[in-house]
Order: sequence, then C-alpha cells, then structure tokens
Amino acid sequence: MKVIYVDNNATTQVAPEVLEEMLPYFNEYYGNPSSMHTFGGMVERKIVEARERLAELIGASPDEIIFTSSGTESDSTAIRAAILSNPDKKHILTSRVEHPAIKNLFEYLSKNGYRVTFVPVDRKGRLDLDYLYKNLSEDTAIVSIMWANNESGVIFPIEEIGGVLREKNIVFHTDAVQAVGKIPIDLKNVDVDMLSISGHKFHGPKGVGALYLRKGTKYSPFLIGGHQEKGRRGGTENVASIIGLGKASELAAANLSDKRIRVKQLRDKLETGLLNRIPNAMVNGDRENRLPNTTSIAFEYVEGESILLLMDEFGICASSGSACTSGSLEPSHVLRAMGVPFTAAHGSIRFSLSMYNTEEEINFIIEKLPPIIERLREMSPFWKKAQ
Amino acid sequence: MWEYTKTVKDHFINPRNVGVIEDADGVGEVGSLACGDALTLYFKLDENKKIKDVKFQTFGCASAIASSSALTEIIKGLSLEEAEKITNDDIAEFLGGLPKQKMHCSVLGRDALEKAIANYRGEAEKKVEGEIVCECFGITDLEIKRAVRENSLNSIEDVTNYVKAGGGCENCHGKIQEIIDTTLGREIKAKKKVIRLTNIQKIRLIEETLEREIKPALKKDGGNIELVDVDGNNVFVKLHGTCATCSASQITLKHYVESKLRELVAPELLVEEVQQ
Repeated sequence: MKVIYVDNNATTQVAPEVLEEMLPYFNEYYGNPSSMHTFGGMVERKIVEARERLAELIGASPDEIIFTSSGTESDSTAIRAAILSNPDKKHILTSRVEHPAIKNLFEYLSKNGYRVTFVPVDRKGRLDLDYLYKNLSEDTAIVSIMWANNESGVIFPIEEIGGVLREKNIVFHTDAVQAVGKIPIDLKNVDVDMLSISGHKFHGPKGVGALYLRKGTKYSPFLIGGHQEKGRRGGTENVASIIGLGKASELAAANLSDKRIRVKQLRDKLETGLLNRIPNAMVNGDRENRLPNTTSIAFEYVEGESILLLMDEFGICASSGSACTSGSLEPSHVLRAMGVPFTAAHGSIRFSLSMYNTEEEINFIIEKLPPIIERLREMSPFWKKAQ
Repeated sequence: MWEYTKTVKDHFINPRNVGVIEDADGVGEVGSLACGDALTLYFKLDENKKIKDVKFQTFGCASAIASSSALTEIIKGLSLEEAEKITNDDIAEFLGGLPKQKMHCSVLGRDALEKAIANYRGEAEKKVEGEIVCECFGITDLEIKRAVRENSLNSIEDVTNYVKAGGGCENCHGKIQEIIDTTLGREIKAKKKVIRLTNIQKIRLIEETLEREIKPALKKDGGNIELVDVDGNNVFVKLHGTCATCSASQITLKHYVESKLRELVAPELLVEEVQQ
C-alpha cells in the first residue's frame, strides 16, 4: 500500500540529496574531525561547510552555530546556560503551548526553586503579549517562546518580543524547531539570543540538531568534555548527520519561497476540501498567521484515534490531538490552552505537509476522509442528538 | 502506536451490532464527550427473558468501539442473570487482551451493561455515591475501590488505566494511593478468611506462627509455649517458664495467642491450655 505521509511536523523524509551527501561519511571518510591527519581534516572541512550552510539559512554567522543531538538537547542547553549565567535570577517565562522539551523542563525547574510564568494563548492560539510583558521583571533569567507551534502551526511574533526583551536586557530563547526550513528566518534582524533547531523536521536526519548562540551571549556548556564545538558541546561530532543537516539547510534555503507557495497551496486545498465536505468541522488556530504546511482540523463528535486508524487503512499518516493517541487521558495541552472545547479537541487531526506531497495525494485524502468521519459519527451516540 | 490484537482491529473495522433499538427493554448510557469516550447500549429480550437483540453506539477510540462490539457479541443469547456476571476482564479476554492503558474501555462496556440491566428492572438510576476523588474525570472513591478490588490494581497508573482517575491534573494521586492501600489491606485479610486449610496445612501454619510470632514475644518475658495437639479448630497448648506460673496467663492465652492465631491462621480457632 502506498503511504501518504502528511505528518511532517512529527518527522520528515530525509531528502535523497541529503542521504547521498551523508553516506560516504560512514565508512569511506570515517576520520575524526579532531585528528591532525589529512584524512580527519577532510571531514573537518565538511563540518565547516555544514555550519556555513545552516548559518546561511537563518542569517547567522557560522561560529554562532553549535551542533547538538536534537532540538531537545538544544532547548535544555539554552535554558540551563541562561539560568547558570544568571544565578541570582529566579524567574523564568514561557508559553502554555510549548513542546514537551520546554514545557517539561520548565515544570521541572518550577519544582526546583524557580518561579515560572506560563503565558496563555487565545482561542486562535495567539500569544497574550500583554500578559507576557506584564510578567517580566528584574528577576527574569530567561524567556523562551517557540517560533511556531507544532500542533496548530500558529507563528508567534518573535521579532516583536525580541525587541522588547532586548530593551529590558532579558535573555531570549526560541524553540524554532517547527519554523526553520519552513518560513524565512533572518537572525540579523531579530533580537534572539538562542534558537533551537532540529534536523529531521526539514528533511535532514534524526539525531542531529543545533543551537544558535548569538555572539556575546553568556553561555556554559551542557555536555562538558572535549574541545569539540569550541568547547561549547563536548563529544565526537555526529559527522554524517551534521553533514546531512548542512545539506538539508542548503536545500531549504534554495527552495524556501517556491516550496512554501506550493506546500501552502496544497495545504489550503486540503483544508478547504475537507471543510466543504464535512459538516461540524473547524480549523484550530489562527489561519492568517500559520506555518504554510500545517492545518489542525477538529471534527466534532468523533474521536481522533479512530479517525487515524481508519485513515491508516488507506495508508494516510497524520496525527491527532486526542487523548487516546498519546497514552494520556486528556487532549493535547495545546488545544486545551487554546480553549478548544473537549467535544472538538478529542476529534482534532493535524495534517502537516511537505514538498514531497502531491496534488493526487491531497485529492485522495479529500475523497477518503469524509466517509470515515460519517461512519464514525453514525456510530456515535452524540451525533444524532446534535442534529 | 498501540499494539492492538487482530480481534480488536476486526471489531473496530467491522463492529458488530452498531445501532439503536427503538423499543429496547433496557438502555444504558455511560461516559461523556468530555471524557473522550461514551457508550449507549440497548437490549431487547425474547419470551424466555434472554437477550434477543443488542445494539450499541460508541464515541471513542478504536478499543472503545471494539470493546462495545465485543460486549454485544458476548451477551447475545444470555439471560440477564448470566449477563450480569460479565466482567470487564471477560470483555478484554474476548478481544485477546487490550493494552493496559486501554483497560478503561472494557470497564466502560461493563458499566453500560450494568446500567442497561438496572434500567430494565426499573431500578432508579443510581445516584453518584461516594465522594469524588478525581475532579478531572468525576470518579468517586467507590468506583476506584471497586476497580482496585476486582482487578487487584496496586498502582496509581493501573487505576488510571482502568477507570481514568488520576489521568488529568494528578492532584488526586495521594488520595488514590490511600484508597489502594486501604482497599488492598482489607482485601488481603478478607482473602485469608476464605482460604480453606487442610488439617496438615493448618497444623503447619499454627506451628510456624507460634515459632515466628508468638514464642519470641513470650520469651521476652521469660515464658514459652508448646503446641500439644490440634483437634478441628481447637488448639491445645502448654505454657512454660514464667507463663506457667503467671496469674495473667489466661489473658495472654486468649488475648494474645488466640487472636494472633486467628489473625494469621484461621479466624475460628480456639486456644486451650493443657494443664501440666
């Protein structure tokens, strides 16, 4: 059965060009980039190139890039660096809709001596900026706000927040895992001190990420060890994956605008197609200010896991904000923070597209999903009552 | 991804007996939209008071739908007395097992069946009894106790898997732990009571208890005890050392030795002293 993959906010296909560039670095050029010999030096040069390619994608300078193992490691490194460099400050601030990499870290810190502010969002998933600004103080060690939300796709006003925080001299981190490679980012014009990146979210391999660290930002390493990454992250480099991340960055930079337009057209087609054919369905989140590849649609009176598994019968891969899929009993914290009613949250499906999706695939989903929803609604004790 | 058995998948993809019985004899509704799963069960009886037709409507995940479908297949053709005995475990077993985190789906089925039978018998809808422990899912202490007792649950996680309690804000975790502890504590004692011991087992257990529990305590006061005979529930013992001459020896015998043996061996035991 053909797989129709519309779950690209979970992970993406490694681009063929990326894989091709990585492969020789497993068993052909396997030298250690730290070595003195030419064999290792060759590898070192490829890492330099990868660093330049990633820096170029986000408008940074290469020495502001630290390669890590994942977005999560980048997040943990950034937050710990900020609180360790400001030992007297005991307040940290984030949003209520962060990825668990930030959410759970902040909850951990709240139990370990830190006062944490979680900034709410409105019904459309937009950040309450007044609330954010009101809660800043002399005591604030770091603010961490994601660039774009993984579930709703809503993009936060990072540029504006960065300006305010710069004036107040508060360290600003952003988890940009969902934004990098999907929307233009130019850190020359945005006051962000630290930014997290994950390779596998934009057609790079899994197991590699990066932390952007603005020149002059106080820092202390999370992994203490060798001199790799200029002593900012110990451990022998994940060479092939770093090279892959570099190549993925180059590809993303090259087709960012074309890709965005095409992916957005497909996303809009899917969204409109489904909303037109399925009653009692609505988009979760701000449709104006959203990642071009993401749509989260709530189908009332049905449950997400059932939808996913029936779509799976046709090879369609998406994900759900429903409780049942995660192993927890409550719908996603993002949808709850947005105030999506439980009736709709349980039946929310996230479709996230990539440049590899085709119009045929979108047509296929538009054809297959309405009968699935209808069938589950027929089975639901609430559907007839609601009519 | 959940590891569902083939039977679960089959009952999810091809659910049996979906629908409504307009002139049903019994209807049971459980769950809610907010909770993420809900089930309405309808049944119709034949002239012999056996379940002739049964239908369901379910809102929920794959295992909730499969559990509902399985339940209808299980109870078709049964009398209400037989159907009453169906447990959530029977439903899970019919499906070849459910992932632990999904056991609450089978409990949902059992609850709907109970309600439908009560509805047929004209029993007034039971009011929520007990005290709400889990505010997020509206689960009472009685419901938690029942799940703990019937399924021998011994962790908060298990309780959440079976009745959802504790799966939200987690503020009630302390209370749930207390309920588990007290329910299981009582349960262990209650089970001891129903164990039927053979005479040999009984004698061995009495000897063990004397050696392990009672003698060390008496020895602290310079006394000792010897088992002479066991006849039915009568335990004959001899007291030695200080115990033999102690004026309080009858109190020791009844209040300490007998109650200890009753607690740890069998509640119907009588302890008697054999004079020297």
